[in-house]
Amino acid sequence: MKDLSALRSDFPILQREVNGVPLVYLDSAATTQKPQSVLDAMDNYYKRHNANVHRGAHTLAGEATEDYEGARSKVAAFIGTSAAQVAFSRGATTSINHIAYGWGLNHLKEGDRIVVSISEHHANLVPWQIITRYTGAELIYLELDDDFIIDTSDLESVVDDRVKIIAFGGMSNVTGAIGPVEPLVEAAASVGAITVLDGAQLVPHAPVSADDLGVDFMAFSSHKMLGPTGIGALWGRPERLEEMEPTEGGGEMINIVERDHSTWAPVPHKFEAGTPPIAEAVGFGAAVDYLSAVGMDVVAQHERDITAFALERLSEVPDLTVYGPKDITKRGGAVSFSLADIHPHDLATIVDQDGVAIRAGHHCARPLMKYLEVPATARASFYLYNTPHEVDVLIEALFKARKVFGLG
Amino acid sequence: MAQLDELYREVILDHYRNPRRRGSLTGDHLHADGNNPSCGDEFAIDVIVEDGVITDAAMQGQGCSISQASGSMMMDVIVGMSVADVADLTRKFKIMMTIEEGEDPVDPDRPGAALGDLEALQGVRKFPVRIKCADLAWATLEDALSQPVD
Repeated sequence: MKDLSALRSDFPILQREVNGVPLVYLDSAATTQKPQSVLDAMDNYYKRHNANVHRGAHTLAGEATEDYEGARSKVAAFIGTSAAQVAFSRGATTSINHIAYGWGLNHLKEGDRIVVSISEHHANLVPWQIITRYTGAELIYLELDDDFIIDTSDLESVVDDRVKIIAFGGMSNVTGAIGPVEPLVEAAASVGAITVLDGAQLVPHAPVSADDLGVDFMAFSSHKMLGPTGIGALWGRPERLEEMEPTEGGGEMINIVERDHSTWAPVPHKFEAGTPPIAEAVGFGAAVDYLSAVGMDVVAQHERDITAFALERLSEVPDLTVYGPKDITKRGGAVSFSLADIHPHDLATIVDQDGVAIRAGHHCARPLMKYLEVPATARASFYLYNTPHEVDVLIEALFKARKVFGLG
Repeated sequence: MAQLDELYREVILDHYRNPRRRGSLTGDHLHADGNNPSCGDEFAIDVIVEDGVITDAAMQGQGCSISQASGSMMMDVIVGMSVADVADLTRKFKIMMTIEEGEDPVDPDRPGAALGDLEALQGVRKFPVRIKCADLAWATLEDALSQPVD
């Protein structure tokens, strides 16, 4: 395993103690920690370049616009696409809502079908549920195979010409399972349906080339990839973005405003109403710079290595069940598990005493919990700044949890 | 480990593994559901009230040891109590859990005198994130009891 532990000193919060012991942060699937360079970029923006964007004729306005559009170009380059195809939003959830209301409402009618997977995060479920109520379309669920991966073995029986949208996660925040992208893109193409990729976990954890994936839309969030909260991106194929209506009207997204109608600004500004979160965009750009400097291949390999080590050590703990693929090439660093009859909530409290931050609950995927027939799971999720030692601390804490619950 | 020992005392683990009055009631009864969406704790509580007294109660639920133990301890005491006394006990419990303001009902020299097994939940006060787990059953019971009687 390449030693990335030197990176840790770039992240101020990782030097913290909790409950008198070093923080072992294993909750990056929920949100990631921020390197100093991201914090400095946002601070520097407010100290030196802050002004409103796009409209001003003064120097500061020009600098702010350059910073904002420069961030857009960085994010676009990071996912191998052009800046015109990247609209900033509040995050992946907002982006998917924009697609559902801006594209879905105009392209769905009674009897049409939207296909999602049972492992979707609520962000890639609830907007589609809402849209089916407005349009009379139906929501159909793909189930998982024995490896917890979206089952694409019999797509022809599900994907017929009633299907207009296939929406799926690039990487599950619960099981860690990746896609699979290709079969779903092919199935959609065969019936003229579009694909919407929830990239909230995929983009931070694997090298992605949006133009090559074959999907029509993709959504991802800055705070899941070392950037600030409050900003994310909506990517689309040019023709899809043209077909999409804006869901928010206001300043910045218009061209000409008359009394009785307005014309829209070109894509992507068409989807960015109001003053944008400029400092956050700058932070997002700095986050992308950081990841690019490390190299996404290195990030992905480190995550595979440490997740493989975690899975190995977790297998030493009796009565522990992992809900996700065992094959390390088919998964990312989100590892959901249960331990005996100890409720995940109790597990999280106990390991927290040893500084270990894991998540417990539904992980915003309640239908998946019901499908897996568990009330909730615990989840440890790994990223570039986690170390093998931190895995050891987690395992020891799990053995302690067994003792607390009288399991020896 | 001392704090964890306080939180997960034997009596709590006992109630978690052997919840009292597990099940549901038939016939005319009051019912309420409660849940904590952020963590997955759930309750379904049935009670029968006759002449202002709880004559039967049952509980179904799933969730963390704190929520389920609190619910089980509650079930252990309320049958035979008047609705007014249950309201009084609820208030004492909420004060003990720092959910409401008031004089701490627990007497350190006479453990168990004020709130019985429930006093084992005092350790939860050191884990503020978990207080709403302990409260869920009580909030659900309040819901059930506040329904209008036909």
